[in-house]
Amino acid sequence: MNLSIFTTKKALLGGLLVVAAGLMIAGCPSQQAMIGSADAAQKTYVAPGDYDEFYTFMSGGYSGQVSVFGLPSGRLFKVIPVFSQDPESGYGYYEESKALLHTTYGFQPWDDSHHPHLSQTNGVADGRWLFINANNTPRIARIDLTTFETKEIIEIPNTGGNHGSSFVTENTEYVVGATRFSIPFEPDMDVPIDSYKENFDGALTFLKVDQETGKMNIDFQMIVPPYNYDLARAGKGKSADWYFFTTYNTEQAHTLLEINASRNDKDFVAAVNWKKAAEYVREGRAKKMSTEYYHNTYDAATSMVVSTKKNEVLVLRPEDAPGIMYFLPTPKSPHGVDVDPTGEYLVAGGKLATVIPVHSFSKMLEAIENEDFEETINGIPVLRYEATIAGEVENPGLGPLHTEFDGKGYAYTSVYISSEIVKWSLETFEVVDRIDAYYSIGHLMIPGGDTKKPYGKYMVGLTKTAKDRYLPVGPKQNHPAQLYDISGDRMQLLLDFPTIGEPHYAQAISAAKLRPNIKQIYELEDNHHPHATKSVNNARVERDGDVVRVYMATIRSNFRPDNIEGIRLGDTVYFHITNLEQEWDVVHGFAIKGGQMGEVLLAPGQTKTLKWTPTRTGIYPFYCTAFCSALHQEMQGYVRVSPRGSDVPLTFRTGNL
Amino acid sequence: MKFLTTLSLISILLITGCGSPENDKSSAADKTPGSEFTAFELEHGIGPITEDITISTSDLEKIEKGRQIFDSKCAACHLMTERFVGPALGDVTERRSDAFIMNMILNPSDMARKHPEGLKMLAEYMTPMPFQNVTEEDARAITAYLKHLAEQP
Ligand code: HEC
Ligand SMILES: [Cu+2]
Repeated sequence: MNLSIFTTKKALLGGLLVVAAGLMIAGCPSQQAMIGSADAAQKTYVAPGDYDEFYTFMSGGYSGQVSVFGLPSGRLFKVIPVFSQDPESGYGYYEESKALLHTTYGFQPWDDSHHPHLSQTNGVADGRWLFINANNTPRIARIDLTTFETKEIIEIPNTGGNHGSSFVTENTEYVVGATRFSIPFEPDMDVPIDSYKENFDGALTFLKVDQETGKMNIDFQMIVPPYNYDLARAGKGKSADWYFFTTYNTEQAHTLLEINASRNDKDFVAAVNWKKAAEYVREGRAKKMSTEYYHNTYDAATSMVVSTKKNEVLVLRPEDAPGIMYFLPTPKSPHGVDVDPTGEYLVAGGKLATVIPVHSFSKMLEAIENEDFEETINGIPVLRYEATIAGEVENPGLGPLHTEFDGKGYAYTSVYISSEIVKWSLETFEVVDRIDAYYSIGHLMIPGGDTKKPYGKYMVGLTKTAKDRYLPVGPKQNHPAQLYDISGDRMQLLLDFPTIGEPHYAQAISAAKLRPNIKQIYELEDNHHPHATKSVNNARVERDGDVVRVYMATIRSNFRPDNIEGIRLGDTVYFHITNLEQEWDVVHGFAIKGGQMGEVLLAPGQTKTLKWTPTRTGIYPFYCTAFCSALHQEMQGYVRVSPRGSDVPLTFRTGNL
Repeated sequence: MKFLTTLSLISILLITGCGSPENDKSSAADKTPGSEFTAFELEHGIGPITEDITISTSDLEKIEKGRQIFDSKCAACHLMTERFVGPALGDVTERRSDAFIMNMILNPSDMARKHPEGLKMLAEYMTPMPFQNVTEEDARAITAYLKHLAEQP
């Protein structure tokens, strides 16, 4: 009896303690360095009709797309389809876009997009292109920032999980890919999994970017030990010739990595001199290796996507190219490696480390000069930790991941497990401020914070769970992003808004820089699509065997033609639709009953193709899916489908034309 | 009196809101009584063409160019002899001045939103005539083509 009372009391007391501790840890949200609501509202308020100061591009994580938000308002402007089919726009359904998603594994309807990176000139974002990686079926995409459309997707061979990607060099000479999962290379890929150490390799991929067109080409790959290569960054300024990669699983485990890849106290930051590597490649030190990958590019002249299969890649082994790659021991399973605006400090986020290790680039060069090596792995010298380390930031919280900079001498590191952001000084390596993140923060982003010239005004935290932050919408909530003011001494939370998919990482660019480049229409004069209908006088239907091509034009508020007869079961019908509008934002759509291929939306001046194989005879209504005009509801037509062998002649018309 | 002026100021503000101050460019003296437009604007429309012009129909190359642009960018909405999405244009050069046609082509949204003739047509056709991304040069060629057609027997 006594005992039970005692236990109850103890339990009660324990419970109270837990609650109290909970309050101490989580705090009361309204008291966390939250400024007055009116103040925060004013700082984020963008009046109706006014424009935001920044465009921010957030990856969609498991949505596979990129979403475009305004800062500081947090308003969503657009979701750009990249690696996943998008029924809303028809991307991945209409023929031209299907080719973009083609790989050596066939058509990929989905992927996981992680790290958008803006093209740069002299170490700052220039607003030409946005690159983004696909994790699952390794690829890199390029989005054109005059139209906000995906214009190119290239597959990365010899790679499993292209995670450490798609970061560019200071002048966008290269964009990079890195294997998260080492795998056996082609053609001998059918090997036992536990022959990992003998048969598996890692690959770092260097893609050269054409400065005129933005087109990527795999220049060479480096074959590296079979670790997991997690993230990458190019250096800047003094370190601009180098790329840095984090590694984990230097244990080379292939099962239960949670435990088996967490044994070593230190893994590595890999430093690669890409400029020297490229010179070695030009000198012929790289070998040709046969492999397979697809390169899909949008051809501006024809508005068609050209899918080209490539069959070899140049590979360079560190053994054959001394002086281009070094390992910097780094505690422990580091995630991000971020370079400060001067190019001197390499900040590694040791997921499982108790400090944030900061390497010095100049000390690294010195250590290389002095051959201050611990050992050599596959021809890659391992530098001594003490020789390269500039300092360790103590008390950073639990699970530091990624760092960006404000250009005013401070670094900001996201900390996953304790769910906070710590601000620390690049002079003293001491934490000067910390603020909660809601909840479980991954990347953070300061506009320009990964470049030579950070804006240092706002910061966005990209978090993994929303829990109680908004009105609940069921057991699964959308991921939040939080906007902080970092213009003063202390970080201040301004805004908290839901996003699309998983906003894994983001980039931002000043609106003043990007806005003037943006196109309002596709000029009909420049439309050289082989199946374009550039005048209604050319609207027509043609049969070639079982293939019927409908050359259709749209304008407010009719289709030309809108009555089509003589289609037979067994036919494959291509609707080649051209939007003849030349006015900004006047969009038409097309969908047909029972179509099985979704709709397609057409921006002014664009031509797109939907493929249709009717399965039943009858009359099929089609209509415009985009509310285009007062007579939008009249924008419709009919297709008649007759049985196989029917003698209904092929006819088409619009009114009496 | 003062009260009245204030009132009418308020109502002007209410009506015009923050939009389109560009209408107020020409001074009050030029304006036709009862209209915010000058006599020139009423006859020739509003837009980049501010002089009465006469486009010649002797340059056959230009007429051919006009035909091509018309085919691609206008024919979807306009026929020559009957109403379609927009009015029939076979006789438009008899109804309208060259400047009016050019302003309609080059500045259709202002024409439809503000100009009395544009407003009248919009009410009748219910679809606003779009700007089809043509240059002044293109518009001149199209007008020459329309005039040339009207001259044919
Ligand atoms: C989307 C359909 C559409 C297109 C394309 C279009 N128009 Fe129009 N147009 C109209 C409509 C509708 C009107 C009547 C005014 C209104 O409603 O805005 C009109 C009016 C006109 C007028 C004035 C007619 C009159 O009686 O005063 C002219 C001239 C004209 N259009 C020429 C052109 C030319 C030249 C082009 C090609 C560059 C063109 N339009 C393209 C729909 C169109
Ligand atoms: Cu429509």
